[in-house]
Amino acid sequence: MEYFFELFLGGLTRGSIYALIALGYTMVYGIIELINFAHGEIYMIGAFTALIVASLLTMAGMDGMAVLALSMVVAIIYAGAYGFTIEKIAYKPLRQAPRLSPLISAIGMSIFLQNYVLLAQTSDFLPFPSLIPEFSFMEPYEHVFSSSELVIVVVTAVSMLVLTYLIKFTKMGKAMRASAQDRTMAMLAGINVNRIISTTFIIGSTLAAVGGVLIASHIGQINFYIGFIAGIKAFTAAVLGGIGSIPGAVLGSLVLGWTESFATGYVSSDYEDVFAFTLLVLILIFRPAGILGKTKTQKV
Amino acid sequence: MKNLKQSILISLWFIFLTFPLMVIRVNTVEQEVEWRWMNMAFIGVGTFVCSYIWRYLMARKEKGGNEEESKISWHQTLTTEKKYAIPAAALILVIAFIFPHIVTEYRINTMISALIYVVLGLGLNIVVGLAGLLDLGYVAFYAVGAYSYALLNHHFGLSFWACLPLGALLGAFFGILLGIPVLRLRGDYLAIVTLGFGEIIRLILENWNEFSFGPSGIANISNPTFFGQEISRSGGILFIYYLMIALVIFTIFVVNRLQNSRLGRSWVALREDEIACQAMGIDRMKTKLAAFALGATWAGMVGVIFAAKTSFINPASFTFLESAIILSIVVLGGMGSILGVILAAFVLILLPEELRAFSEYRMLIFGASMVLMMVFRPQGIIANVRRSYEYHGLDRAEEAK
Repeated sequence: MEYFFELFLGGLTRGSIYALIALGYTMVYGIIELINFAHGEIYMIGAFTALIVASLLTMAGMDGMAVLALSMVVAIIYAGAYGFTIEKIAYKPLRQAPRLSPLISAIGMSIFLQNYVLLAQTSDFLPFPSLIPEFSFMEPYEHVFSSSELVIVVVTAVSMLVLTYLIKFTKMGKAMRASAQDRTMAMLAGINVNRIISTTFIIGSTLAAVGGVLIASHIGQINFYIGFIAGIKAFTAAVLGGIGSIPGAVLGSLVLGWTESFATGYVSSDYEDVFAFTLLVLILIFRPAGILGKTKTQKV
Repeated sequence: MKNLKQSILISLWFIFLTFPLMVIRVNTVEQEVEWRWMNMAFIGVGTFVCSYIWRYLMARKEKGGNEEESKISWHQTLTTEKKYAIPAAALILVIAFIFPHIVTEYRINTMISALIYVVLGLGLNIVVGLAGLLDLGYVAFYAVGAYSYALLNHHFGLSFWACLPLGALLGAFFGILLGIPVLRLRGDYLAIVTLGFGEIIRLILENWNEFSFGPSGIANISNPTFFGQEISRSGGILFIYYLMIALVIFTIFVVNRLQNSRLGRSWVALREDEIACQAMGIDRMKTKLAAFALGATWAGMVGVIFAAKTSFINPASFTFLESAIILSIVVLGGMGSILGVILAAFVLILLPEELRAFSEYRMLIFGASMVLMMVFRPQGIIANVRRSYEYHGLDRAEEAK
């Protein structure tokens, strides 16, 4: 039972990690129906930026929460800027193009960004300082659930609530939902759709950066390739939960996290990714719309 | 003036954007910081120039629109008019025949890999270019072919010639196996599932040690024989070269025939409009499955040749990167265009070999050119010429008057 509980908590952390990235995917997909393959790369760039800022600050003699806060803020600003720029270059000119074009452009962008970081920085794994402080009240549980895991789970939950509020109850959220439903009609109603799409990319990228910093600090190392696998896993999670739906993305991520955790714990740890992808294939075959997704009938 | 100001702003924006990653490099172990201010200047000037080029291309794209399509291009005359097509083909054949006798063994080897990518590109072209199904796990079928030869040879001593059709069949089998569950999915889901499938195959090969010998791979795969005769090593390379030439010609022939067949046309139609296709009585699943299976067949076959060429394979040769390279060949060449895919394969595989200094930038340029191609020239280097019939009825009627 102890072992089960351990795996359960491990899966919870894992799922929360996926959820932070999956939320960005789901938002972008919800509004322009595009798999933003470069999203994982933004997560990676966020982590790299935070590492650079944190190292500079540590060398300058700062420590503790200030380093975490400052590097997080810089990472968020940069990730947002990258998300904004990527949309302008690779997706905006392709709004009217056939579906395959933006998808290929997104893959190209992802390859480009990976190699950009590889060439500008390094191909080696870099050690990432653990920025999240150890809470004293967590000490008795440290062996099963560390402070950084607690932070990740809490941040994910808060992000989901804030996002839901943003989309359900603010004017901007209303505009986002309108643009997602019918872009032309939204434009006629006086919504600046281009600005809404940019905002969506920026918010999604911001979440990816938060995820990048927390996860890198939890795992302790990064390299240019971390975004790719994380991106695919997060996308899997978003599809599992029903893409376009925010609670769905979190639920899907948790299901994926638990599946991986229990499967590696009870079956075999070599096939961790195989379980994830098999789950994705099964879900898509039996419930293409995902767990919380709505099945849309296609109109001609 | 307005353009200048805009370009300066763009350049400043990119300097800001690339600042932490391009300029600063920290060594966390030795606590050192390296400031590379030169990079900042490069980025500034580079993006300034690029913004002008971008604006020019954008303007041309908006103006150009339909003009280009009406002109008959050189490659169209070259491939359709017999007067030019036959001498051109003969010339290429002669060059291909003489080529290995005048260059070094190393060059022949790179040429063989280029030819391998030509066939892979043409195979994926069936799936992505003609049928419009984005397959990001194409390399899995390549791996299936390579491993089927390596394993059958290792365990049962089956010869190259027995494995070549077997590899093709197994490729097709796996194509159908993957196709049945996933082809019902919409385009972008399909992309991610095929990507996942490619990763599953690679992970299984890497971890199932009893079956595939894990990451250490399989060595000492026997060379092909020529009608039962053993061939020496250098002769073997020459032999594989000619084999690849023959396979490329065969592939071009088949793909060309397929393109204009009933099946090929239904692929193109399906790519353009699925609902209309169903209304016209085209079986959606069967047609898509055929595309998947036929595409995978080529990958399986080339996989066998790849295993024979290197005589050693391991899972590291079949990563997502390979799929991405093959996909960029298809995209850059022009989706659906045979000539374009062949040209793109040569350019993308041979050029980095020649320009060693640039080889580390290879993937960077691949990625960037995929984006730029989609934005400015989605039809590729050489656009696929669609068959169309023009209506001349009225002219003739007027002449008759």
